[in-house]
Amino acid sequence: MANETQKGTTTLHLVLAWAFVGIPLTLGVIQTLINSMKLFQ
Amino acid sequence: MSFFDKSNTIAGPGFNRWMVPPAALCVHLCIGQAYAFSVFNLPMTKLIGISHSTPNDWKLTQLGWIFSLGIFFLGVSSAVFGRWVEEGGPRRAMFTAACCWAGGFFISAFGVYIHNLWIIYIGYGVIGGCGLGIGYISPVSTLIKWFPDRPGMATGMAIMGFGGGAFIAAPLSVWLMSRFNTATHVGVAETFIVMGAIYFVFMMVGAIIVRVPAPGWKPAGYTPPVQATKLITTKDVFVYDALKTPQFWLIWWVLCLNVTAGIGVLGQASAMSQEMFPGKVTVVAAAGFVGLMSLFNMGGRFCWATVSDYIGRKNTYFVFMVLGFILYCTVPTMGAIGSVTGFVLCFLVIISMYGGGFSTVPAYLKDMFGTRYVGAIHGLLLTAWSMAGIFGPVLVNYIRAYNVAHGVPKADAYNVTMYIMAGLLVIGFICNLLVKAVHHRFHMSPDHEAEMAQIEVGAAGEPAGA
Repeated sequence: MANETQKGTTTLHLVLAWAFVGIPLTLGVIQTLINSMKLFQ
Repeated sequence: MSFFDKSNTIAGPGFNRWMVPPAALCVHLCIGQAYAFSVFNLPMTKLIGISHSTPNDWKLTQLGWIFSLGIFFLGVSSAVFGRWVEEGGPRRAMFTAACCWAGGFFISAFGVYIHNLWIIYIGYGVIGGCGLGIGYISPVSTLIKWFPDRPGMATGMAIMGFGGGAFIAAPLSVWLMSRFNTATHVGVAETFIVMGAIYFVFMMVGAIIVRVPAPGWKPAGYTPPVQATKLITTKDVFVYDALKTPQFWLIWWVLCLNVTAGIGVLGQASAMSQEMFPGKVTVVAAAGFVGLMSLFNMGGRFCWATVSDYIGRKNTYFVFMVLGFILYCTVPTMGAIGSVTGFVLCFLVIISMYGGGFSTVPAYLKDMFGTRYVGAIHGLLLTAWSMAGIFGPVLVNYIRAYNVAHGVPKADAYNVTMYIMAGLLVIGFICNLLVKAVHHRFHMSPDHEAEMAQIEVGAAGEPAGA
């Protein structure tokens, strides 16, 4: 994967980009999971 | 507008392809809000009465059309604008989708403010629906070009975002309405404005970071197949020629039948679980079941599409059809023996395959018709979704109503529906079985390819640095 590690995109770019979409998605999934647990109560 | 030209989105030598999935998710997580639009339904029936509905307030049946129009225009716009999206590049398409989607919210806010439902139909339903369609297909071919070694996984990630968008939108909408809610005001209009602004910014981030690979780029260590395999072509088929192939229509039916089988139960899961297990599944537990189904719908989009990279697209759909058939036939037995766990497990797997059907199909089209027009062809195929969106719920609702009207106990009223769904999957299995490689007469000739390349350069503007 030489094309992926050349200068241009830094690790920080990648972390920021994934965090930008990952954090809200994870929070939403956790919230839904908590609500889903009512099925087992 | 050169910033939006396709030529200005070509990646430099050091660009990391793993930046593209977040760009695609920026769009899909936003447009996935459509699945959570129902959180506005009840507040919008009290815009005048505030604490209760008055005769001048909108009815739920009237509000239901907003979502239906949105999904209808998703199919229409992805079919109509597919080629434009493909030739203009992902940044221009994402920007357009952001304008339509956010604009739909702003126009709807105005509709709520002056209490005119037609403005919301046009705003969210028509303009927002076009944003849905353009946004849905915009990153698909770009991802396939960046991940020729794992096209299923790549498109699965983006389309997973569409399933996950509701998880963010539902709590955000409820929280915003609670902030804007006063004794004299429901707060829907302000919520629409804030959400439109947030979505515009979010989608523009995606439009800014998205890149298309330079011509001839390939992942390091990846050797593209020189010769076509039995079901994976190395040639391209022009978008409108794809419509002339039996393969397109067979895959259209495979998707339509798979979605019909899933969408019908997705909408009725809460009522179905309570009626099949009276006294065992409460309203609260049923809501939990619906939430769990949404998670499996989202997870299935990524997992099944990734699996398809290893076992092949046709085999993946065979799994959907065979396993779906077995599970649908098992559901009535689970109801008869009173096994809630078995019932829940059956539907969680079924709904994961419903999501998987959406996310695996772009890679299936790429295998059949090549990468060049896959986004546009995918757009045309999404009309199958619009069709299934009508057939699925109608099948479940009407057959249940017919059974109940003819004296069948509520607990057993869904059994016939389950067997019909299983039957639909048998037809889907046959359609999938008939899919063979596209005949070479449909492949683009070198002359046609050169001619289309000329048009694309014209559509995209001058190349960077020219």
